[in-house]
Amino acid sequence: MSAAAGHLLEVQDLHVSFDTEDGVVKAVDGVSFAVERGKTLGIVGESGSGKSVANMTILGLTRAENAEISGRILFEGRDLIGLSDDELQGVRGNDIAMIFQDPLTSLHPFFKIGAQLVEAIQAHSQTGDDEARERSIELLRLVGIPDPERRFGEYPHEFSGGMRQRAMIAMALTNDPKLLIADEPTTALDVTIQAQILRLVERLQEELGMAMIIITHDLGVIAEVADDVVVMYGGRIVEQGTLEEIFYDPQHPYTWGLLGSLTRTDRPRRSGRLSQIAGQPPSLIAPPTGCHFRPRCPHEFSKCPKVPPLEARSGSATHLDRCWLEVEKRRTLRVLAEGEIGLEERVTGNP
Amino acid sequence: MLRYIVRRLLWALVMLVLVSAVVFAIFNIFPTADPATLRAGRSASPDQIQIIRESLGLDDPKLTQFGRYLEGVFTPISSQAPDVDGPMDLGESIFQNNTPVKEIILDRLPATIFLVTGAMILWMLIAIPVGIISAVRSRSLLDRTTMITSLAFISAPVFWLGLVALYLFASDVGVIHIFPGIGSYSEATTFWGKVESMLLPWMVLAAATAAIYARYVRSQMIEVMSEDYIRTARAKGLSERRVILKHALRSALTPIVTLLGLDVGLLLAGNAILTETVFNIPGVGQETANAIGQSDLPLIQGIVLFGAFFIVIFNLFVDILYAYLDPRVRYQ
Repeated sequence: MSAAAGHLLEVQDLHVSFDTEDGVVKAVDGVSFAVERGKTLGIVGESGSGKSVANMTILGLTRAENAEISGRILFEGRDLIGLSDDELQGVRGNDIAMIFQDPLTSLHPFFKIGAQLVEAIQAHSQTGDDEARERSIELLRLVGIPDPERRFGEYPHEFSGGMRQRAMIAMALTNDPKLLIADEPTTALDVTIQAQILRLVERLQEELGMAMIIITHDLGVIAEVADDVVVMYGGRIVEQGTLEEIFYDPQHPYTWGLLGSLTRTDRPRRSGRLSQIAGQPPSLIAPPTGCHFRPRCPHEFSKCPKVPPLEARSGSATHLDRCWLEVEKRRTLRVLAEGEIGLEERVTGNP
Repeated sequence: MLRYIVRRLLWALVMLVLVSAVVFAIFNIFPTADPATLRAGRSASPDQIQIIRESLGLDDPKLTQFGRYLEGVFTPISSQAPDVDGPMDLGESIFQNNTPVKEIILDRLPATIFLVTGAMILWMLIAIPVGIISAVRSRSLLDRTTMITSLAFISAPVFWLGLVALYLFASDVGVIHIFPGIGSYSEATTFWGKVESMLLPWMVLAAATAAIYARYVRSQMIEVMSEDYIRTARAKGLSERRVILKHALRSALTPIVTLLGLDVGLLLAGNAILTETVFNIPGVGQETANAIGQSDLPLIQGIVLFGAFFIVIFNLFVDILYAYLDPRVRYQ
């Protein structure tokens, strides 16, 4: 189970909750996953599923007076949750780096790109200014920014969106991290740029041998880069498995819904309009009892008010899900049409 | 950047001419006390008043008078009017033996600048640390205590605070003799003597403003600390100290610089009137109070224009500084 098994990162039974004026928000409710060296874990889920909070917690970025964090986050065998703020600083941007969704707001508007890179280098090593400058320019070149010497002295607002995200990636790579956490790295970008950034990230991961966690709500992104997939819903993992298992043998109705709402241009749609999962994501302050997806699930039945454990049910030891439906029944329920997986639209009105 | 500055400079000039026109209109077109009558004294005959009226050119068309006024204010060398002593010829005071208004203001300015500069340094030295600590320890007992204290200082009028301060601490009338009392500024001959005499006025003038700025720094810091780039700075592995003092403070202080420029401009323009009056500091503010008390129209007019001038200049200064501080402004 632990570092001996060779996991680079292992998150065990992570709980994160925030005490707010409206009540206690259970953002992450018992999440466990592992990342192997050099591999990519894709975490998919909609807003409020806890995917970002879980990953920010790895770096201690959710630490606050009103935050309650429990569980274990083992990075190379060391529990990051127990580290002091100072110790954690040595891990951030060094062993584990993170890039964020919106590269415009994620870079400081008043400091030059170069200065922000140099700062990241010097935060973790006694590097001289000239050397740090050279290393920064080299990194900017590595991520495909043309004319890096000139770009080094420019401000973020002088960069295009795609170039900014490249600069963010360069900044994350400054200290050769073993793990890169990419939180919706392509969401704020144009579709054409998205593909470029994904290819860049893949290429860099291969060249540098990093492990990666990519967080997204877009299964298309997952399909391109991930080796393993975690599907999160309402603060819990509802399904996890290899990329093939999730895409070709999805077990949880929520995953069916996600797959069904993918826009596919290679085959005609049944109804001619984009399908969606009816209803709203659950409240994290007062979530539904039992399965969190229950209120939106058309296949809900008598067992659902009890929380289903995350177990291997479909025959593969790596493929876990959190659904009470019998495996045989699932195989018929998830097929909407010939070769098309999806979630039947819930006919009854929402509560 | 140069284009930007030139454009702003030209606008500042236009603003000054417009302000001159408004000031001129207020004192010469709207019905006010007649300068000639004021100047002539109590028992003057109508003939004497008429003579003064003619010597001041008050019978000329208003536009001619305005032209002469503008010329006095803006032209360096007198060309047409022989009695014009430009630039900044603002006429002569009625009650101070026809002393040129320019001379009176320039004479009074150093004390005001000294008062305002010292107070500004003091209030920023208080406001920035208090604001940062309150923001970082937001909602803590410390935060609540300082914010309530600051509210008390904001609510206390400056003249009241000044009088209480004198009553408690002045060496002549105070309960505890710590600081020099009223009028000590004029009596002080050395620089350090003047500094000493200013300590109490600085504190009084800075108290309310420091409180306002502390609250402003706090709210700015709280806002900035939730920005994405602060999260990035933390994710880079920077120390919390560096995140706060470099990344957050840099952003939080930028809008405060704007406020600071305007406030300092206002104070120099005569808004320190209460502090100067209470502590008997011979500054522009005190002179304003005197001039208004005596209906010394040319002097009031001069001070108003002069104040407007300061505000326009400081606005310009703030705009240029802002462009320097926020690189995004430069390219718009």
